[in-house]
Amino acid sequence: MRQGYASKIVLTVYLVLLMLPIYWLINMSLRTNTDIVSGLALWPHHPTLVKYVEIFNDPSWVNAFGVSLTYVAINTVISVTVALPAAYAFNRYHFVGDKHLFFWLLTNLMAPAAVFAMPFFQLYYAVGLFDTVWAVALAHCLFNVPLAVWILEGFVSGVPREIDETAAIDGYSFPHFFIRIFLPLIANGVGVTAFFCFMFSWVEELLATTLTSSNALPFAAVMTRSYSAAGMDWALLSAAGVLTMVPGAVVIWFVRNHIAKGFALGRV
Amino acid sequence: MNHKPLNNRAWFFVLPVLAFVMFSSIIPAMTVVNYSVQDTMGANSFFWNGDQWFRDLLDPSTEIGARFNDALFRTLAFSLVALAIEVPLGIVIALNLPRKGKAVGVSLVLMALPMLIPWNVVGTIWQIFTRADIGLFGAALTGLGLHYNVTEDAVSAWVTIVVIDVWHWTPLVILLSYAGLRAIPDAFYQAARIDGASRWAIFLNIELPKLQKVLVIAVLLRFMQTFMIYTEPVVVTGGGPGSATTFLSIDLVKIALGQVDLGNAAAMSLVYYLITLTVCWVFYTIMTQIERRRDA
Repeated sequence: MRQGYASKIVLTVYLVLLMLPIYWLINMSLRTNTDIVSGLALWPHHPTLVKYVEIFNDPSWVNAFGVSLTYVAINTVISVTVALPAAYAFNRYHFVGDKHLFFWLLTNLMAPAAVFAMPFFQLYYAVGLFDTVWAVALAHCLFNVPLAVWILEGFVSGVPREIDETAAIDGYSFPHFFIRIFLPLIANGVGVTAFFCFMFSWVEELLATTLTSSNALPFAAVMTRSYSAAGMDWALLSAAGVLTMVPGAVVIWFVRNHIAKGFALGRV
Repeated sequence: MNHKPLNNRAWFFVLPVLAFVMFSSIIPAMTVVNYSVQDTMGANSFFWNGDQWFRDLLDPSTEIGARFNDALFRTLAFSLVALAIEVPLGIVIALNLPRKGKAVGVSLVLMALPMLIPWNVVGTIWQIFTRADIGLFGAALTGLGLHYNVTEDAVSAWVTIVVIDVWHWTPLVILLSYAGLRAIPDAFYQAARIDGASRWAIFLNIELPKLQKVLVIAVLLRFMQTFMIYTEPVVVTGGGPGSATTFLSIDLVKIALGQVDLGNAAAMSLVYYLITLTVCWVFYTIMTQIERRRDA
């Protein structure tokens, strides 16, 4: 992987192409609709924040943003918490049915969300959770919990077993060992896993919109709703789109040094 | 891996995971199985329908069978095209990323950005970007004199969906490949340089074997995601023009939530799920066999 001029050019061209659609969205969000339809402009000639102000002053948009962040946070906490002991067990112990169980967990990642849309609707309606943030948070556990177990297991395997044994000989109780000694050792892994849970819950749209109707409308649903409103409000949609990128951009900054390893499920 | 102690109390560690995933997986799955063997006359009266829904689905001469067949073929074709572009492109870009330095962090953050955009917003971005009147991409293609119209021309719609997926998910392949490449010790490259190995020889004999493990993960994840693609085509093309980009997920949601045709939808769900599972399992088994043979 030597860095010649050719490499730099390839990389730069790729990154420019990658950022172009995002730049275009930002460009649109800073213009007015009359300005947009009047013709193409490579940059906003009269930049205005009027659409952002409109979103911040409309409670339905602000609420929806809060709803989305709430179910993503609940889901991330649940997924990482329940996955931690399981990942440890899968890596350290042999128990009846362990391989089958692990494979079954992974099969849940292969279930298309479309398959579950209808039964989820009925299930959460029946238990009275329909149209709450809990419905979406729990539904997203379907793919985030198995994913969290998978990633964390990779990071657990990177910690030598001798550490567990030494701690036991030194007389640490298991909970004490797990929380005070083991968790700090895989802190990076926990961070990366939380990032992935955040990411997949934040970007998912089909289940989130199916399981909510009015009280817990996610941001995506409010965007879809403003679609059908008379005429396309391109500038408003663009501004809303730009805002949905902010949480992701903030979160990724914290895990930027471990992100590559996380995508490899801690296995390189 | 083999000297793990046997400890059945480890089950207690797994129970919370089991509880959460079971709730979201087994109960809905049973609902689907239930619908797949029953028919309804409306008003909550269900009766046993045996395997009739499945027979209809798998028989291309029925209406639903033909529809399923077409959607399945479209989805498989889409997965193959997307993989054929994303995997090589991802490897090439990863090879061109520097190993260390300031540029790495910035590049990785920029590359991960598309993956953090909600899928419907990805759709919105491209819906705008591909319009001939207000989008750069659409305007550029039309300006070059090409016939490009996402809502009316099937080829345009297909190209657009593929371009979106490549834009959205090639970074995943890049990040995975990059993680694999970084795990190669410098000594390997030095040895190759002393032997006077060509760039291509280094790639084939050092880098590609090291990449195999991460590429298996990449191909599996990408296959699953492309095979389940839903939100982006719904926003950008709405499954059209006609049914040119009606992939399996889209068709399923139309049947289940649009027509509330529960029997057909449930049977389709199960067959769809089994196909995904089988393809992943076959691919994974073959790859681990190859790996074992090479290591032996």
